[in-house]
Amino acid sequence: MTESLARTGVIRPDPKDPSPLRIDEALVRKMLVSFVRDETVKAGLKRAVIGVSGGIDSAVTAALASEALGPDNVLGLFTPYRRSSDESRLHAQAVSKAFGFRLEEVPITKQVDAYFADNGGDTADRIRVGNKMARERKSIEYDRSWPDGIVIGTSNKTELLLGYGTQFGDMAAGINPVGDLYKTQLRELAAHLGIPAEIVRKAPTAELWEGQTDEGELGFTYAEADLLLYHMVDRRLRPAELVAAGFDPKLVTRIREMVRRSHYKRVMPIIAKVSLRTVGHDFLYPRDWEAD
Amino acid sequence: MSTVRVAIAQCAPALGAVHRNLEMHRAWIAKARDAGAGLVIFPELSLTGYYLKDLAADVACAADDPVLAPIAEASRALDISAGFVERSADAKLHIAQGYWSGGKLVHVHRKVYLPTYGIFDDGRYFGQGDRFETFAAAGGTAGIAICEDLWHVSTPYLLAAAGASLVFCPSASPGRGVAEGGDLGTAESCRLMDRFYAQYLTIYVVYANRVGHEDGIAFWGGSEIVAPDGTVVARAPEFDEHLLVGEIDTELVARERARNPLLRDEREDIVLRNLASRLGLPLDRRD
Repeated sequence: MTESLARTGVIRPDPKDPSPLRIDEALVRKMLVSFVRDETVKAGLKRAVIGVSGGIDSAVTAALASEALGPDNVLGLFTPYRRSSDESRLHAQAVSKAFGFRLEEVPITKQVDAYFADNGGDTADRIRVGNKMARERKSIEYDRSWPDGIVIGTSNKTELLLGYGTQFGDMAAGINPVGDLYKTQLRELAAHLGIPAEIVRKAPTAELWEGQTDEGELGFTYAEADLLLYHMVDRRLRPAELVAAGFDPKLVTRIREMVRRSHYKRVMPIIAKVSLRTVGHDFLYPRDWEAD
Repeated sequence: MSTVRVAIAQCAPALGAVHRNLEMHRAWIAKARDAGAGLVIFPELSLTGYYLKDLAADVACAADDPVLAPIAEASRALDISAGFVERSADAKLHIAQGYWSGGKLVHVHRKVYLPTYGIFDDGRYFGQGDRFETFAAAGGTAGIAICEDLWHVSTPYLLAAAGASLVFCPSASPGRGVAEGGDLGTAESCRLMDRFYAQYLTIYVVYANRVGHEDGIAFWGGSEIVAPDGTVVARAPEFDEHLLVGEIDTELVARERARNPLLRDEREDIVLRNLASRLGLPLDRRD
């Protein structure tokens, strides 16, 4: 009774109370495994291709796909650049071993370096290099998905909302089972799935340059961002209400602006309407449109 | 004891694929018949799938369209209730649930409350139904409330007031809310609703939800039959296909209503006068 009262009671926004983020891991696992299975079959495909970086998001995604489709139908791709760490490789291998799917290593150093040698060289902004690496990796995943595989995305809800990802790079995918889970919630699910503890615990990094960590680059922690985003997005609280509840006004403004400015990344390209019926505007068929 | 065995086909229709779904219905009807059921109920839009968008117009048909003839034909063996997109004589599209018995379509309910918010967009593609009617079904006088219809308290109230002892609720309910420390959020709400209506209107609530995914949204299943004393007669698992079978005891309705005569004592006249006065409608008084 106490538990169900707690569930149905008012959830108060409180920067010191992370409990609203907690999830029922067994239920989420069941939902996501059947999501991967159903949506892969509906797309007419049977294999999954996943970029496995050694981080927690791709580890969770690969574990879910292995459970859904069988490990023999999952291909993990570890795609290191020359700056990628040995630890990442070891972690990618540990995930492959734990869940039984095949892991292949496809380095991206040659093509990325060859491109920048002719296009900006050492002066290329590191954001440009990072974006190029993300898109290079994704083009390999799509190549390796032919003819019967689906590329499974690993962007979590925090990254998607903050726009902390490369459009048509790491954000690209056929389906994404983890995009409605905040980073904090993914950690909880990862532990439940049996992802090796050192992967769950380590500081998240995109390894786009040496020593980069997500939280260092963002300037706030996932724990702070997730709780704020939860109340702002899931619970629809306005910025003034969040500030009144004790959230840092600067953080509230900053995160809201990040969400607003990155919205273009979360939608399909907009199409200029000139005709009577237009893709994306009023030609609205479900993606799971099935053959009769 | 006077009981009727009711089956719920907790299935996963293919989106926009009517002929495949007809085949799927045939298989579930056969299973229900083998289980000794006198009635099998399918979820909302079971013959078409739910998130149709522009496909709604492509799959729509009149209630007497030959495409539905296999369902009518199968209803010679047991009663069948299934969902389809109805194109009315004046070319409006409706989310409809038919009830077939003895080879004929005997009742059609058009969904009245079309959710158009959050993840729902019914009102963009469909027209509203405009009535709740009761009809004779296996197990007694029944009414149909399609999914969102049941979330409006007045719906089961009107059906019970009109004499229904059974309310069928075919649904396509998306599962959401995965917070720790409870069941799926949607499941909690639906179970609360089913039990409350069953017990306080002294009716059977037969909740038939679907499973499977459409465009990333999971339908959660959890179909159930709740008796007028508030007990759960049968409940299907969440997220998996399942033929749920349960007995409906028509005498239990009478016993509960004798013990707990809330419906007998209900003052519909007060409800009517109150609403009429608020809406400025004249009422012919008989007294």
